Amino acid sequence: MKFASASVVPAIGSETQLKSVLGALAGVDAVGLEARCAKLATRSIKKSTKLEAIDLAISMVDLTTLEGADTPARVSSLCAKAMRPDPRDLTVPSVAAVCVYPDLVARARSALANSSVAVASVATAFPSGRASMRVKLLDVNDAVEAGAHEVDMVIDRGAFLSGRVGEVFEEIVAVKEACGEAHLKVILETGELVTYDNVRRASWLAMLAGADFVKTSTGKVSVNATPPAALVMLEAVRDFAESTGKLVGVKVAGGIRTTKDALRYLVLVNETAGSTWLSPDRFRFGASSLLNDLLMQRLKQHRGAYVRSDDFSGD
Amino acid sequence: MARTCALTISAATEVNEHDLTASRLGSLEYDPAPESSAIAHFRSSYGLFIDGAFTDPSSHEQFVSLNPANEEVLATVAQSSREDIDRAVRSARRAYEEVWSHTSGAERAKYLYRIARLILERAREFAVVETLDNGKPIRESRDVDVPLAAAHFFYYAGWADKLDYAGFGVNPRPIGVAGQIIPWNFPLLMAAWKIAPALAAGNTCVLKPAETTSLSALLLAEILQQAELPAGVVNIVTGDGSSGAALVDHPGVDKIAFTGSTEVGRLIQQRVAPSQKRLTLELGGKGANIVFEDAPIDEMIEGIIDGIFFNQGHVCCAGSRLLVQESVADEVLRRLVRRVEQLRVGDPMDKNTDVGAINSAAQLARIRELTSFGESEGATRYTSSCTLPEKGYWFAPTVFANVAQSHRIAREEIFGPVLSVLTFRTPEEAIVKANNTNYGLACGVWSEKGSRTLWVAQRLRAGVIWANTYNKFDPSSPFGGVRESGFGREGGRHGLEAYLDV
Repeated sequence: MKFASASVVPAIGSETQLKSVLGALAGVDAVGLEARCAKLATRSIKKSTKLEAIDLAISMVDLTTLEGADTPARVSSLCAKAMRPDPRDLTVPSVAAVCVYPDLVARARSALANSSVAVASVATAFPSGRASMRVKLLDVNDAVEAGAHEVDMVIDRGAFLSGRVGEVFEEIVAVKEACGEAHLKVILETGELVTYDNVRRASWLAMLAGADFVKTSTGKVSVNATPPAALVMLEAVRDFAESTGKLVGVKVAGGIRTTKDALRYLVLVNETAGSTWLSPDRFRFGASSLLNDLLMQRLKQHRGAYVRSDDFSGD
Repeated sequence: MARTCALTISAATEVNEHDLTASRLGSLEYDPAPESSAIAHFRSSYGLFIDGAFTDPSSHEQFVSLNPANEEVLATVAQSSREDIDRAVRSARRAYEEVWSHTSGAERAKYLYRIARLILERAREFAVVETLDNGKPIRESRDVDVPLAAAHFFYYAGWADKLDYAGFGVNPRPIGVAGQIIPWNFPLLMAAWKIAPALAAGNTCVLKPAETTSLSALLLAEILQQAELPAGVVNIVTGDGSSGAALVDHPGVDKIAFTGSTEVGRLIQQRVAPSQKRLTLELGGKGANIVFEDAPIDEMIEGIIDGIFFNQGHVCCAGSRLLVQESVADEVLRRLVRRVEQLRVGDPMDKNTDVGAINSAAQLARIRELTSFGESEGATRYTSSCTLPEKGYWFAPTVFANVAQSHRIAREEIFGPVLSVLTFRTPEEAIVKANNTNYGLACGVWSEKGSRTLWVAQRLRAGVIWANTYNKFDPSSPFGGVRESGFGREGGRHGLEAYLDV
């Protein structure tokens, strides 16, 4: 049986319709999900696979600085590192993007001019999302006008948890429109959604509303990216692609500091969504200290001996 | 995703089919990550462990133990004759009368705790030995077999001085000498399941491991020596079916505990019938994994995979029949086949291997024979396209769809990585189909609706029913079958009953 609109994202006309769509999603069994993650965490990545995976992970990093204390100079320094993570070794790939607050987008753009590294900006009253729609859209406009290639928005968790999913949907649609050409990453803040069922529903909601990426966390709450939440999101993007033909990426963010963590996420990607997602276009790490650990492990693989963290610049 | 089809559209993948086939699962090739076998020190030949020492068999007859993954000889093992079995039973009797029956529960517990700790101390060695001798993936022997074996000793150590509170009255007495015959699918774990409750309850044992997998039991014998378990309390005699028959027939044995095929179990029951011997049997199965349309689909697919491909399907309680509700059958089959294709089959010593080698040439022949009926009887076959190693005994993971209740592959235990998929419409039909078997060991029920799970579980005739999971074992949980899957329970408080005179 084939329907005429087989390969397009179904249009959501009302909150009732959206609720019935989200309510029809299969549940997640938390015990089984976590057991699956634990099993995949035992995959042993060695030798050339490890080197390949480390380079892939480097190319997937959204090198991030989201502090009140951020300065233009720090952003410039970060951009230099983003383009050439290890200045002594030109075979190290550039990272995917530099992620900053909207007021530093222009600085990042100029520092990254003529490079392949994109500029991502958080927006929509990041990280809490507690502002009026008008303010959120102005925030997005600011970022886009300053030249952001990618916008990381936060959803209104309060609205989602209280069942006002239509509101969340409309917000994402409006932000997507304000983004224009810029790619939209929708931060679900899985730590605040609490249940895996919610993570799955929020992922579908964001994808139906036009997200280019679904992202786990702001990195600003106590529970950030976890492998089980990422696995649910990877299942969601895989299933969404199968039913609609639209490929949506996944970004894990917050608390990912070691190469071991990163490789475990890549194993989840590999064995859940598959090769299409093993690319910076479809999978990202939002992180700051991860990059240096990847560089250290990379050098260790080449040299056969551990190196010091001081061998690499702080930012 | 079964129910998202409502929203999108089944078979809606026309446009992006290319993208999806391009997105191959598991396409990031993992380099080989083999566990080192250096830790396993095999002797070139093993004697029989009788009266606390390794002794030569009376006939000096030996047989070889192979690594089923490459057919290399690991060691030669003694073939027990009738005289050897007699010697072992006498040793167990002497130990029972003179030592063990006078040893307090607290003292027995001390030995059991010691054995448990020693197993964990030498866990890596056990895992390597088990994988080399059995062919199962090192991930499973490392993460399942060995820790669970230790857990059984820990668990029953706790019972040894508390038997008064096990629900069998005050001061329940042991039975005496237990003859224990175990299979080749979980060699160390089955030895633990047998020895731990027997010793906790105050019995002594003569254990006969399966012919193809004696080595981890012999390593366990070394542990028993290390733990300074009194001589003769546990005797381990290797050999083929004739050794097992001699043990079953021996008049000095008070109890026989057997885990293995229904066919052999039936023979044992016949031979034991005229005697006073107690008997517990844990036999074959044809477990039904029942999937309702509201099941948590991703975890359910993993559960089906675990249910049938865990330990190459060499599991008596394997979920070898999948019963899927018709409304989601296509979706489940599609996802299942995709997942089967992703299984990593090969070198059992590689830490990333999901499915290892078939344990023996004989078992491989049986799997091949039974699966050949699958196609000839009209089922649709999906076999993983994985490349199999040239040497050794291998069978690619296989799923049969469109299986009818009357097909041989739906009725007979294949004991291999082969799944038969059947469908049903109503819960009643699922129960009828699940129960339409001579076996009754284990079933699984997958549904997000608790009331239905309980309703179904009450109506299934099986010793174990798992809800939204499969092949989960814990020493505190009793395990055993009904009907042709045997009788008696192992594990938990119930497991003590098999070794107490109650």
